Amino acid sequence: MSTRLSAGGRLIDKSKQISFRFNGKHMTGYAGDSLASALLANDQMLVGRSFKYHRPRGVVASGSEEPNGLVNLGEGGQFEPNQRITTTELFDGLAATSQNHWPSLDFDVGVINNSLARFLPAGFYYKMFIHPRPFWKHVYEPIIRYSAGLGKAPKDTDDSIYEHLYSFYDFVVVGGGVAGLQAAKTAGDTGARVLLVEQASNWGGRAPVDGGEIAGEPVDNFVDQTLTALKKMKNVTLRTRWMAAGIYDHGYMIGYERINDHDPSDTKPRHRLWRIRAGRIITATGAIERPLSFAGNDIPGVILASALRDYVVNFGVSVGDRTVVVTNNDDAYRTAITLKNAGLEVPLIVDARPHGGGALADEARALGIRVETGKAIAKVHGAKRVQSVSICAQAGEGAVLEEVSCDCVAMSGGWSPVVHLWSHCGGKLLWDEHEIFFRPDVHKPPLDQDGTPFVYAAGAANGCFGLDELLQDAATQTGAATGSKKTPKLPNASPRAEAPIQAVWMMPQGAGIKLRSKAWLDFQNDVKVSDVQLAAQEGFESVEHAKRYTTLGMATDQGKLSNINGLATLAGALNADIPQVGTTTFRPPYTPISMGSIAGAARGEIFQPIRKTPMQSWHEEQGAYMEPVGQWRRPYCFPRAGESHDQAVIREINQTRNFLGLLDASTLGKILVSGPDAGKFMDMLYTNMMSTLKVGKCRYGLMCSENGFLSDDGVVARIDEQTFLCHTTTGGADRIHAHMEEWLQTEWWDWKVYTANLTEQYAQVAVVGPNARKVLEKLGGMDLSKEALGFMEWADGKIGEFDARVYRISFSGELSYEIAVPASQGLVFWNALLEAGEEFGVMPYGTEALHVMRAEKGFIMIGDETDGTVIPQDLGLHWAISKKKTDFLGKRAQERTHMTDPDRWQLVGLETADGSVLPDGAYAVGTGKNANGQLNTVGRVTSTYYSPTLKRGIAMGLVHNGPSRMGETIEFAKVDGSRVPAKIVDQVYYDKDGEKQNV
Amino acid sequence: MSNLISQANAPFEGYVTVSADAPMGMLTLRGDLSSKPFITALKKSVSTDLPSACQITHDEKMSVAWMSPDELLILTPYDQVAGLQAKLQKALGKKHFLLADVSDARVSFTVSGDKVREVIAKLAPVDLAPDHFAPGMFRRTRFGQISAAFWLLSETEARVICFRSVAEFMFNQLSAAARPGSEVDLWS
Repeated sequence: MSTRLSAGGRLIDKSKQISFRFNGKHMTGYAGDSLASALLANDQMLVGRSFKYHRPRGVVASGSEEPNGLVNLGEGGQFEPNQRITTTELFDGLAATSQNHWPSLDFDVGVINNSLARFLPAGFYYKMFIHPRPFWKHVYEPIIRYSAGLGKAPKDTDDSIYEHLYSFYDFVVVGGGVAGLQAAKTAGDTGARVLLVEQASNWGGRAPVDGGEIAGEPVDNFVDQTLTALKKMKNVTLRTRWMAAGIYDHGYMIGYERINDHDPSDTKPRHRLWRIRAGRIITATGAIERPLSFAGNDIPGVILASALRDYVVNFGVSVGDRTVVVTNNDDAYRTAITLKNAGLEVPLIVDARPHGGGALADEARALGIRVETGKAIAKVHGAKRVQSVSICAQAGEGAVLEEVSCDCVAMSGGWSPVVHLWSHCGGKLLWDEHEIFFRPDVHKPPLDQDGTPFVYAAGAANGCFGLDELLQDAATQTGAATGSKKTPKLPNASPRAEAPIQAVWMMPQGAGIKLRSKAWLDFQNDVKVSDVQLAAQEGFESVEHAKRYTTLGMATDQGKLSNINGLATLAGALNADIPQVGTTTFRPPYTPISMGSIAGAARGEIFQPIRKTPMQSWHEEQGAYMEPVGQWRRPYCFPRAGESHDQAVIREINQTRNFLGLLDASTLGKILVSGPDAGKFMDMLYTNMMSTLKVGKCRYGLMCSENGFLSDDGVVARIDEQTFLCHTTTGGADRIHAHMEEWLQTEWWDWKVYTANLTEQYAQVAVVGPNARKVLEKLGGMDLSKEALGFMEWADGKIGEFDARVYRISFSGELSYEIAVPASQGLVFWNALLEAGEEFGVMPYGTEALHVMRAEKGFIMIGDETDGTVIPQDLGLHWAISKKKTDFLGKRAQERTHMTDPDRWQLVGLETADGSVLPDGAYAVGTGKNANGQLNTVGRVTSTYYSPTLKRGIAMGLVHNGPSRMGETIEFAKVDGSRVPAKIVDQVYYDKDGEKQNV
Repeated sequence: MSNLISQANAPFEGYVTVSADAPMGMLTLRGDLSSKPFITALKKSVSTDLPSACQITHDEKMSVAWMSPDELLILTPYDQVAGLQAKLQKALGKKHFLLADVSDARVSFTVSGDKVREVIAKLAPVDLAPDHFAPGMFRRTRFGQISAAFWLLSETEARVICFRSVAEFMFNQLSAAARPGSEVDLWS
């Protein structure tokens, strides 16, 4: 059983007891514990069920590589699934539940999958996609897929706070172990800005556990002294609980700071995402120990040798009383020695190497530990706990030589440098056949925008083990990164005195299928040695294919433990060399980061910017129903109590047509174009002739893209000889301004024209209806008579006490003035109009009334009648296309054969026989079918409304040969299969001669 | 005039203070900033030194900020903008330029407190380390999802400007960044 030891535990504070719950059971731990160490201290060795077979699983590792210890953490708004217990710091009141079990962790029905294992081979889902088809829907999907899976999806809104931070450094050193500390010191000594980060809450990395001496003192002293020195350096920033998640081009880097995961009661943000630009990045990320592949290597109690050492030294926790150590390298002997020194039994060290280990092995033997060389574990016995191991010869097929009873197995298959960050941005790897690992290829590092290396790996992450070697490497790599010629004076440090490792990818080497199908490679995704071999046998030879076929390394741990073992197994099955097989791609993030940290502060009212006009507060107070238009929210209508939106729109239209309506038109784009060449520029931008427009006059114009398609429309006012004000659609303002600037900056850079987007400078109100002039005359200030300001003219002046520019333009067909006042006066102006307009029947109207009134006049809407494939000629707008101009944007495109094709659908009005409203987007049905067996179509509805003015449905649409088919009836298909006949008519339904607007 | 203008929100007291400023006079001037005659004409009405790239200059009457190689933003008290506009218009005469009053198109905020730098660094992708961004510098950038510009008035005070339509969004996100408890302590 696992338990708390009476001594040891350098990271815990036994004076501070902490209580927590696991699966509802109350447990206690100490301050400084990880959830994993606290669970082990409470003899909770079973921490979860495996993904596919629901096998009982225990803690394997002690850090971010842990594959099994995933829990649902927290409750309600703080609930989060798949949290690693090894990196979760214990806090008072922590509540965790284990995952992937039903009905309970101890008794799990899904374990039946385990006995069905031979029916759930690699590529199971892919095979079952093929046949039998009905099985997929009725058996596999509901039952097997349901039983596979990890944590639950959160149900409540996350109530934590997150934020981003932009930060800039000359050097970022990732990893706070001996190599990282030395690298930060070396970089910091140059005076450069340095950030040193450590993902754990404590500094020093593995060294304080593994031991050794620097400058004749325990390594802990070096850690403390270097840390003290770094803290005094103003140019060095130190952060713990900070993980470098990813490295990208141009020195961009994402850091994930877990601010109060260890104390959720605090008011601090939970996570902060650092968005960093780094000059150079030094990855001192250490190395991860690999498991060994033997039958039963996933039974709770089988643990990485280094992790077991961590639990004993850091937390004073043992996993078992009798531990068998199994290894192919010297490092695992440290665990045996640590255990023995802690008073625990080590009945046997199984060393797969025929000649065994070096000095550490001698030390272990001197402590009285039995060492067997050239041996292997044939099988681990036990179900929810280790009971014993069978020993065999590594060279054989698994014939049992003896059985050793034990309750813990510490395994070590060698170490793999953490090359993830090195690889994110293109750093290449080399297979080191002596050390049996992939190490960064220093000749093929990640390159920056200048083609120079910008990521350097140092220490164990660079394949340098032994304190002397990794200190030296940290200094060398940092020197290369800083370009400094000075080599720092390094203290003497313990050398690495170890016998060579031997590659062991299967234990025993000749294990048969029975053993291989119980030897786990990927604990989290339940992939066994036999699965990878099957994939190879079935032709999945590429490592990327084998990965996807078997799901090796595709779980939340991204194969931190399984990657190298898996591809070595694949190489073995293919009879290829490991470097030939290669690795799968290392992608950010290093470990999963919270969704909340990615969103940052963008939630609630600052989820997305919402643009508001100066009169928005009034609209909101009236309970206006808003619709999004670009990033604006515009009133769609102003419904009154008991009124539907449709009823409100009808009321607003009737009131405007008969009395007086007000529209907040502030969102329309207003772009100033000025300069000696402005006329020339305007003639190029618009299809119409704009240069001839007289000062004081307005003209409606169309803008096309280079490809001839209608892009935007609006009224242009000529302000003075060399200045125009271009009105654009609401959504088009920024786009059209950018369009203008692009042409000016890239093509016509020698034209003397400047533009400015003045959209937000003005609040603009359309005063519309027969009483429009009366209300403005009542406010007084300027002459707005027909004689003083004719239709399509503008003037500056005063309306009441407001500074106003008045445009006499109309999109409704009524007498209409659009009045621009400085935005800061907008709300007061709006209120003044409402007050003065009361006796004239004033009523605000929304965008839907605007649309209907436009449609009644047959005016097109950008985005309704246009969709990026429509040219002005399709819409009968030939009158707005200059024939005199030699060129304008879109002109040449509009001369192409497809654009001049008489078969293009053209704009007409559509009138249903029964007065009903045609469905929006409905297609007109032609005769016969197309090559795909679909009905041929001859037109479609582009806008359709109920017209309160005509008291019937009206519509516009694009119809084949439309304008020459006036009076003809065509049929539109409805989604229910029925058809609506509609007559082709002129699209101008209301006041075709424009008498109403011209009074 | 002032009775025509709607009032701003109350300040947010976080670990820095975020407050909406009273309306400020702003003129956009586009022209050839490398032309000597243009500069000479400009200096007749602009009292401050002209800013070089990414700088802002101040005197008691106005501030002038560099917006782009051919654009300046001139800041004055709100009630003096019309007068200055007329003076500039006259001084620049027939030269090629664009001058527009944008006082109402933009709003400004003051962010003040010891940790003003890190609050801005939560929103803008700008290096705010004291030896990289100092008073006198001016940056057009984005704050979160919106366009903005800012400068430091002192080590403890910054001014942020953005478009009027997103004033509320800016105020809210600055307030969120200034929330007590979210201190980074990056430069302290």
